[in-house]
Parts: sequence; C-alpha cells; structure tokens
Amino acid sequence: MKFQGTPNYIATEDLMIAVNAAVTLQRPLLIKGEPGTGKTVLAHEVSKALSKQLIEWHIKSTTKAQQGLYEYDAVTRLRDSQLGDARVKDISNYIKKGKLWEAFTKDDAPVLLIDEIDKADIEFPNDLLQELDRMEFFVYETSETIKAQNRPIVIITSNNEKELPDAFLRRCFFHYIKFPEKDTMEEIVQVHYPNIKNDLVSSAMSIFYEIREVPGLKKKPSTSELLDWLKLLLAEDISPETLRERDPNKLIPPLHGALLKNEQDVHLFERLAFLARRERT
Amino acid sequence: MFINFFYELKEAKVPVTLREYLTLMEAMKLSVAQFSVDEFYYLSRCALVKDERNLDKFDRVFGKHFKGLEFVGEAANKEIPEEWLRSIGERFLTDEEKEMIESMGGFEKLMEMLKKRLEEQKKKHEGGNKQIGTGGTSPFGADGYNPEGVRIGQKKSRHGRAVKVWDKREYKNLDDQVELGTRNIKIALRRLRRFAREGAQDQLDLPGTIRDTARHGYLDIQMEAERRNKIKVLIFFDIGGSMDAHIRTCEELFSAARTEFKHMEYFYFHNSLYEHVWKDNRRRHNEKVPTWDVLNKYGSDFKVIFVGDATMSPYEITYPGGSVEHWNEEAGEVWYQRVLDIYPKAVWLNPVAKKHWEYTPSIQVVEQLMSRRMYPLTLGGLDDAMKELNR
Repeated sequence: MKFQGTPNYIATEDLMIAVNAAVTLQRPLLIKGEPGTGKTVLAHEVSKALSKQLIEWHIKSTTKAQQGLYEYDAVTRLRDSQLGDARVKDISNYIKKGKLWEAFTKDDAPVLLIDEIDKADIEFPNDLLQELDRMEFFVYETSETIKAQNRPIVIITSNNEKELPDAFLRRCFFHYIKFPEKDTMEEIVQVHYPNIKNDLVSSAMSIFYEIREVPGLKKKPSTSELLDWLKLLLAEDISPETLRERDPNKLIPPLHGALLKNEQDVHLFERLAFLARRERT
Repeated sequence: MFINFFYELKEAKVPVTLREYLTLMEAMKLSVAQFSVDEFYYLSRCALVKDERNLDKFDRVFGKHFKGLEFVGEAANKEIPEEWLRSIGERFLTDEEKEMIESMGGFEKLMEMLKKRLEEQKKKHEGGNKQIGTGGTSPFGADGYNPEGVRIGQKKSRHGRAVKVWDKREYKNLDDQVELGTRNIKIALRRLRRFAREGAQDQLDLPGTIRDTARHGYLDIQMEAERRNKIKVLIFFDIGGSMDAHIRTCEELFSAARTEFKHMEYFYFHNSLYEHVWKDNRRRHNEKVPTWDVLNKYGSDFKVIFVGDATMSPYEITYPGGSVEHWNEEAGEVWYQRVLDIYPKAVWLNPVAKKHWEYTPSIQVVEQLMSRRMYPLTLGGLDDAMKELNR
C-alpha cells in the first residue's frame, strides 16, 4: 500500500516518502506550504489512492479540541427533561460524536484531514496530543474509553499563522510543499487540462513565472491561480500568439485578474511593464 | 546508526529530540526509505525537521555529514576488486541482462571498459554518452538509457539529480534570519494582538447565563461584547538619505502593519526625531506636525515602534543644532527621551544587519537611548520586538 500520487495529483518524490512514512508508522503528517500548493487536496488524493474514506475536520478560530472528540448537549437534555421525554434517562443519547470519534470507530481505517490547524486557538494542538498519539480518549459522561480499532491516517495542514507547540511537532512527520519547479508544474497542468495546446502552456507558464519573480508583489500567484488562469485562457480561446506578442498597448497579460488579486499589484506590474517598454524603445 | 548525524544536527541548532530520532529509526526498520541516499534524505527530513525555517540548516548538516557518500563512483575511482564486481554481477543480474552483457562483448570487456573510463574520468559527470555519471547514455552510471548499462550509485532518481538535492539549499529563504514578504511580517506582527471585549453587547454569554440562571431560578440571559484586537500602535519611520537602501523592507513592514493593526498611526522623520514629524512625504515641508502634538494626542497605552537605520553623525542625536536640515533648538536625544517617558512600551527596528551595528557609533548611541530595545528588521528580530512590546 504505497502512495504514488494519483492521475489527478502530481506528487514529488519527497512528498511520496513523507506520506508513506506517515502511513507506515501510523503517525500524523503535518503539511505546510504556500497557499494554493495543494495541501488540502493531498488528503483527498491520498484517500482516493488508498481507497479509504475521507473524514474532513475544518478548523476555525472558534473550534475547540473537545468538539473533535464529542459534545455533550446539555441544553437539549434540559428541554427534554421538562417535556418528560424517556430518552432523558440515558445520557448517551445526548452525546454527539465528533470527527475523531467517527474516525476511530470506523471498521476500515479512514483518512482524517484536520484542515488549517493553525486557525484555532494556540492550545488546540496541545489538547489533542494524547488523542492523536495514543488514538484513544475517555468520555467522562458515560465513563467509557474510545480506542481506535485501526489507526486512521491523519493529515494535518497548516498555513503558518501560528507556531505549533513543540510537543505536538515531535509526534508528527513534517513536509513543506515548496513551490513546484517548472517541469513539475507542466506535469500538473497536463493532468488538469490534458488537451491543452502545448505552446499555449509554455507561453502562459513563462508569463506566470515572470510574474512570480517580480519583486515586491503583495501576493504571488500560486498553482491554483495558474490553473484558473489557464482555464480562462482556454474558455476565451486566446491564442499563444496573443500571449507572446508584446504589444505596447497591452502591458499586462490578458485576463490578469485570475493571477493578480490586488490592485496595488496590478499597478506595480503595469509600472514595471511600462519601464521595461521604455528601456526597449 | 547515524548517532553522529543526530548530534551534529543538535549542534547546528536544529531542534531534534530523541523521540524524533527513534521515529526515524523505526521508519528505517520498516524500510520506508529503500537504500537510496535521496530517499533517506527525504525521510530523515520529514522525521527530524518540523519547521521550514530549519530546513536550510538541516540541508547544510546533511551535506556535510554525508559528503562523499552520494557519489559512489568517487570510491570506484580508486579500485574495485574485479572478483567483487563479478560476484555482484552474478548475484543481481538476470539472465536477460547477462545476455545483454554478452552483446557488449562479455562481462570481462565491460568491466575493462569501466575501469578504463574510471581512470579517464576524475570528476562528476552528468549527461553525455561516454563518461560515468547520471542521466547519460553511457553503459555506466545510473539512469542511463543504455540497457547494457551497469548502474553505479543510486537506485533511481527522477530528474537526474541523484547527486545532492540537499546541496541546492532551496530552503535558504525560509530561515528566519532573513526578511521576507508581507505575509510573514503580518504573522510576526500578529504576536502583538491583545483581545478585549468592547463595543455593543451582542453575543450570548453562555457561562454568565448559566451562572445567573442557577442563581435566580429563572432563565436570565446575559450578553457580552465581541472580542476585538485592541492593540494601539504608533510608528515612526525614518525616511530618505541612508534609508533609501532599505525602502523595500520598510514598505513591506508598513503594508503588513496597516492590515494587521486597526489602531495604527504613523509619522515620518528624517535621520533623527526632532520637534516636527510629517505624514506625507511629498508635502513634508508644508504639512508638518509638531512632535508635541503627537505626544499629547496619543495616550500612553499606545506602543511605539521606531523604524530607522540610526546611521548618522552622533552629533545629530546628542547636540542642539545637529540636524542636517534645519536648526533644532533641542537635541534629538531630548525628543527620544520624551517619547520614551510617555510610552513605556517602545522598540526600535533597524534594517541594518545586526553584525554591522558595532561599527556605527550612532547606532550604539540610539541603542543605549532605547535601553537595548533595538532589533534587526528580520523575521526573528521582529518576533523578539513584538515579544518585548507584549511583556
């Protein structure tokens, strides 16, 4: 059972090793990287490649670790008790299972994605230490211990907004998805748009990397933005010649809205293009 | 196994622990990485390094420790006993492969050629069709297209870069001693958040409601205000002159600070702080703001950040009339002292690298004025500065 990437996802060698190490040793895998380099998609593809179910847990700033285990719905129980509902006698009727519980009790070990763990409170990862390490937790209300039959494959993504505690990091494998190099990027594009014209891709790609090289950009375009842009270029049926031609009237690439997400960046780019043109003439 | 490597990492200040080392050993035992330096590099990297800032350090230590290992051909350069090669060949080659060797003129001849080539060749070689190395069509070396090849070195490498992935040091930028784009600055500034509840009470206070309901015996709903970031920041930027070299870093800091702090006020000064500051550099001579007005207007709960290289003649700070632009009645020193008296929380961010500070007398003067609260304008320095402001 080795992860080799999928028809829809190009995995570099180092990423494959990291995933396989995490799968073999049953430890969580922490994925970091620039936004838009396919951190979340990785979990989807791993679950597809190993044909396991995917359980997603998206973290927000208000998410508590306890919510991943279970929640005790006291309010409903209070209301039911006033209505004389028979269910009130059994407390387990009011315990809502969280994503971890769900993942632990599946017969076939699923892939559990904990998405953007850094969004949560700083204590969040610490609160999950034991649970992720031993893959078990204790439910106080019913005094039972939930233990994973088969340890799920845990994939955690982080956008680096907060530092994660060392104790947490020690228990994970770590992989930093770096921005793909040109040939990897070409493979990625091929996978997403198999019928795209080759020359269009290469001219688009050189423009894309040129934009990324521009110093001082507020937000560099990422892989997902390149894919969107290519889709637009295809939809508008723009020819590679149009992309390549350096018409002085058209300073910035067509449909740049997909790549540059910030009007200051657009201005900056226009200014640079203007300077470049002046130098040439 | 690899104990020395582990200690070398520790020495290079890569935070590795015993647990991570044992994890790596476990993974090796389960043969996650299969006998290739590349795979071992990737595996040890994802097991031992937990922060992209340490990737570069790791690469360097790895490169140092495993130097010479990545290119077995180097060792072959000296002498491989013929029997040894032959026995390996017999053990690992399939019948078909043996037949292919025959087509080259037999094993003996192949080995002879190999020896000859090894002698001819003293250096690493890639591509080409004769020499030993990677990615070529010579019968010797890894990843060749010649089916008659004898593979020397590693099992497989996709881009013909079996040699030293770690030596590329692609993660150089991620080291936190280097300053980077706005996003990283924003994250560093985020340390300075301080949440407080203020404004309209429009959220249900659940613990409060439960407490009061229990106390009163009827449902008593309590409301509270939303938590907001309440930090207030006053930034003084040095502009022009020697600061021109650092304009990009300062721009990045400025735009990051603008989005990160709701209550942020900024002013410019030239070289040293005197009785006037300004908000718009184009109209700096017409629209000056008296520094006293600034000090009176913003309360002492503001935190002050100076951004400047503090590189000037020491007289510009310590003597009245020292300014290069105008006659200043009071020395810059006096003005700094006033600011520091009003705002106990203040730091100085200096875009000049820390190692150069001791060679510039004025930097030392300012550092002393700030009672050592001067930090380099790198991510690490920014982090420390925010910690200082938060204390």
